[in-house]
Amino acid sequence: MGRVMRRILVNVMWALTLPALLIAAWWLVSDDSTSIYSPPLRTILRTFGPTWDGDRLTHDVVPSLLRLTAGYLLAAVAGIGLGLLVGLHAQLRATLEPVLEFLRALPPPVLVPIIMLFAGIGDTMKLIVIASGCLWPVLLNTVEGVRAVDQVMIETARSYRLPAPARLRHLVLPAASPQIFAGLRQALSIGIILMVISEMFAASNGLGFAIVDFQRSFAIPEMWSGILLLGLLGFVLSMLFQLVERRALAWYHGLRASRRAS
Amino acid sequence: MLEVRGLQKVYEGAGRRVEAVRDLTFTLEPGELACLVGPSGCGKTTLLKCLAGLLAPSAGDVLLGGHKVTAPPPGMALVFQEYGRSLYPWLRVRDNVELPLRQKKEMSRQRRRELVERSLAEVGLTHAHDAYPWQLSGGMQQRVAIARAIAYEPEVLLMDEPFAAVDAQTRADLEDLVRRVWQDLGVTVLFVTHDIDEAVYLGQRVLVLSNSPTVVQEQLTIDLPDERDQLTTRADPRFTAFRTRIYEQIQAAKVAKA
Repeated sequence: MGRVMRRILVNVMWALTLPALLIAAWWLVSDDSTSIYSPPLRTILRTFGPTWDGDRLTHDVVPSLLRLTAGYLLAAVAGIGLGLLVGLHAQLRATLEPVLEFLRALPPPVLVPIIMLFAGIGDTMKLIVIASGCLWPVLLNTVEGVRAVDQVMIETARSYRLPAPARLRHLVLPAASPQIFAGLRQALSIGIILMVISEMFAASNGLGFAIVDFQRSFAIPEMWSGILLLGLLGFVLSMLFQLVERRALAWYHGLRASRRAS
Repeated sequence: MLEVRGLQKVYEGAGRRVEAVRDLTFTLEPGELACLVGPSGCGKTTLLKCLAGLLAPSAGDVLLGGHKVTAPPPGMALVFQEYGRSLYPWLRVRDNVELPLRQKKEMSRQRRRELVERSLAEVGLTHAHDAYPWQLSGGMQQRVAIARAIAYEPEVLLMDEPFAAVDAQTRADLEDLVRRVWQDLGVTVLFVTHDIDEAVYLGQRVLVLSNSPTVVQEQLTIDLPDERDQLTTRADPRFTAFRTRIYEQIQAAKVAKA
């Protein structure tokens, strides 16, 4: 037990080394900076607390997170649903694949002006922007995952006469879940980017709006602190995602470890 | 119980026509344990998939209890060679065995539990209910697959080279397990193998298949005593005589083709 603890501790130390070095370097290099555009890290950190107080959290951070959550969930549900449909029907897949590849190749931010034309500049627009960017990785990965379900597993389900809903729930979905999670992970980082971008275009609140607003009013340390907050947010969300994935795909990681061992 | 009449399977595709199975006719009596043995690549798996209703034959019929098989029938369970791909790695052992039963709407939860318990006990896995298949050895995984098959309470149990991928000692144990399960449950078993010794040791009857395109080359009744064990049965002169006979048949089939 003690050995395991020590190994975890050593791993954590290693993981923290580089960030600590980078922060230290930033601190030292910027410390005597007189440029108003790149203030000392000391100043940025000092403004962090007062800038992101309770008021701003409810006014900017919470709306951003709500948009992100809603858009992301929408994309996840639609992407997995459509992905199952397309993945299970070879004909449909052959017809749709070129179109899907084209749509995926479009950089999502380019859609913002178009979506603004149709959906206005409110929360709906931001939600659609986030969802339409997150959709593709989820959708295409789900299609791939469904297509790659093992033939022997399918024949097993058929020979035991599992009806279609049971096959979907107990075979196709779990078998595709490692791929689906890979898509969800890509979608998460895309979602954060689009959340910020959609708020920079037209908004009266949100993290993206706040950062641009600070920049326009020359509140440079505050702007920097907003960027730091975004970075932290991305980091925390990615950690949360990993936590969920570890739990949901525990069998998959175990299976892979057992294959490596043999 | 299981009747195969004039079964033929031809694969067509990309300008090539491959006749995997030419003309197979045989019958399994209720409660019989028969082995199908043939050279590798003689279409054994194709045949078994046709019997299981997973593959439509090009000609001929498969009848189970007098009914024509066109899709996987309810009274049949299949044990695959690739246990690692037939068990679902996201389900624990218990859930793997239970999954087919959960689709039987008329079956009570209580009865389901009983069947799972009993089947896992029958294959000697009382302590592995909560394990994932990939935490078990190959032989144990194949035991789980057998437990899943017998929990399904089939009339006919089809086994497709189930022990081809396990080591020799495990294999001997599993062979004895199949004999015991068959005797305990009175189920009809068709066991496909490329191993002549295995066929003679297990079967009451051995059907020798020819090379592809496949026909039944010979049927032998194995009149060894019902109580068999790895040491004495395999040393029995009649056992070696059967083995020699089948070996010659298979060699003859290969020569005939070449």
